[in-house]
Amino acid sequence: MANGQWPNSKKQKKMAYDKFNILTSTAVPLPIENVDTDQIIPARFLKAIERKGFGDNLFRDWRYNQDNSPKEDFVLNDATYTGKILVGGKNFGSGSSREHAAWAVYDYGFRCVISSFFADIFRGNCLNIGVLPVQVSAEFLQKIFGEIEKNPAAEFEVNLPEQKVTILTTGESESFHINDYKKGNMTNGFDDIDYLLNIKDSIQEFAKTRPF
Amino acid sequence: MSAKKTLFDKVWDSHVVHQIENGPDVLFIDRHMVHEVTSPVAFLGLKNRGIRVLHPEKTFATADHNTPTINQHLPVADPLSANQLKMLEENANEYGISYWGLGHEKNGIVHVVGPEYGITVPGATIVCGDSHTSTHGAFGAIAFGIGTSEVEMVLASQCIMQPKPKRMRINITGELQYGVTPKDVALFIISKLTTSGATGYFVEYAGDVFKNMTMEGRMTVCNLSIEMGARGGMIAPDETTFHYIKGREFTPKGADWDTAMDYWQTLYTDEDAIFDKELTFDGSSIEPMITYGTNPGMGMGISNDIPTSDMVQGGATTYRKSLQYMKFDEGDSMIGKPIDFVFLGSCTNGRIEDFRAFASIVKGRKKADNVTAWLVPGSHKVESAIKEEGILDVLTEAGFELREPGCSACLAMNDDKVPPGKLAVSTSNRNFEGRQGPGSRTLLASPLVAAAAAVTGKVTDPRELMKEEFV
Repeated sequence: MANGQWPNSKKQKKMAYDKFNILTSTAVPLPIENVDTDQIIPARFLKAIERKGFGDNLFRDWRYNQDNSPKEDFVLNDATYTGKILVGGKNFGSGSSREHAAWAVYDYGFRCVISSFFADIFRGNCLNIGVLPVQVSAEFLQKIFGEIEKNPAAEFEVNLPEQKVTILTTGESESFHINDYKKGNMTNGFDDIDYLLNIKDSIQEFAKTRPF
Repeated sequence: MSAKKTLFDKVWDSHVVHQIENGPDVLFIDRHMVHEVTSPVAFLGLKNRGIRVLHPEKTFATADHNTPTINQHLPVADPLSANQLKMLEENANEYGISYWGLGHEKNGIVHVVGPEYGITVPGATIVCGDSHTSTHGAFGAIAFGIGTSEVEMVLASQCIMQPKPKRMRINITGELQYGVTPKDVALFIISKLTTSGATGYFVEYAGDVFKNMTMEGRMTVCNLSIEMGARGGMIAPDETTFHYIKGREFTPKGADWDTAMDYWQTLYTDEDAIFDKELTFDGSSIEPMITYGTNPGMGMGISNDIPTSDMVQGGATTYRKSLQYMKFDEGDSMIGKPIDFVFLGSCTNGRIEDFRAFASIVKGRKKADNVTAWLVPGSHKVESAIKEEGILDVLTEAGFELREPGCSACLAMNDDKVPPGKLAVSTSNRNFEGRQGPGSRTLLASPLVAAAAAVTGKVTDPRELMKEEFV
């Protein structure tokens, strides 16, 4: 099958997320390395049985004191910084496989996370639920952080069809990688399960060959 | 002659149903393990799509993350936890999946019970909505953690879609020193690689140290593969492996065993097979390890001092923030730091061998008064062995109590939470900020180091307490 195309499909359902094409937004900086999924959403908030309300607890223990008052020095509590893009330090999303971390990022209102390096499972989870992980070079990441610091109202364009992220205030840009299949899913709002259900017959044939 | 293949290639390639150009492989999954936390939304997805579980006989469910570790015979007090446990039971019943819930004799931590009952076998693909699924790689399986969307994929189609990771081999040569355990080997590797050093790779562990390791030890090492960023880690199956799995409830029997063995004995890396990255360390240079920071890569030999920020590569701000959280200073020695809690357990170190090691140190000594100790077996089977081997008597004599199985204080989803500011020596897998309860501070270490801390009330080199036997 050529270049990440879907099979001649019986059905392609729309997923729970919006199609992602070009996102233009200001960004929220979190220049910390190794941000783990326990910080993104602590384990005690994983007890829900539906995918609802996780944004309220995004970065819970960095965002709130133990008496639930906001920590004023945390970036999500600083009205200066807003937008649909979260910019994090190297090795973003390490640790647990909890998809709840990606749900919390999405539910809070972010549609894109930019970092110089992502943990594997978090990256996959984001792609599966409609948050675009954009990996840029360490140098370009510093440029983005620098631009936000200089001008919190600076806008960035994340162009998925062209696989390019641009600092609109300076015009500087860098390309990013995503495989053709996932790119197609994100731009169309398709999902892996529909793909798999479309090839169920060949899966069942394969299953017969497994010895155990 | 066919191309030389790594162990990982052999297992992965034999499970590829379909390849997408410039996209992921469609990978067939032999065994799917499910627990209460990451599955409800996946089952809800099936309901919304109006579809069933394609292969319920390949899926196994156990309750572990939320479960209390005392009074398991009583109803679960936390209504949210109780509800999540109820959902798993209902979903398992609805879809015809084996369910080992609270009170079931086979209940325990998913990565402890899988191998115990022979669900884990060499050459299989095994997934679970839990990053420590890498544990099962100890048997020469490809095993890794997945997100909830992928749990739904496996329930719906028995497949997931994954780009094939790169291959890394980590060799540890020579012999381990006295007092050095598989946990120390893993923490040593992570301290060298950092928590992102193996991201994008699947690791094979090779060399004499792993050849001579028990299955429990291999599970501890493979369990921690994710903490260096790897999707998973695996060790080629050998006589130790076959001896461990033979006769377990779900392993093949009779002629099927012979057929399986014929296949399993082909599962090794061919000579001259190519790895994308290969690292070799001298096993005799490894000390008992301890972490001092807020990720598992921030670890060192227990007799060393905490590195100064000018010694760490990049990220000095993040490094200092981490030490500030831990209330430690650069250059501090860890030895002698007073501790408040000790946690023995988890999918990393909740097996019988870990309790034997812990007991070997506390035998004839007393728990320090300033220490609260939670000793949590990984399963009922481990719990029974602790009693049968007389370990419980040793623990009781030394002033310790045994709790009931579960994930417990590893991630503090139940009531086993380390209070804010308190310092815990834990045999679990993550020392992230607040991992063991909001504001808690965690030192990751082996069961021997945990035992030495439990009886002295401070960070202590376990070799100091093993001297009589050593001489």
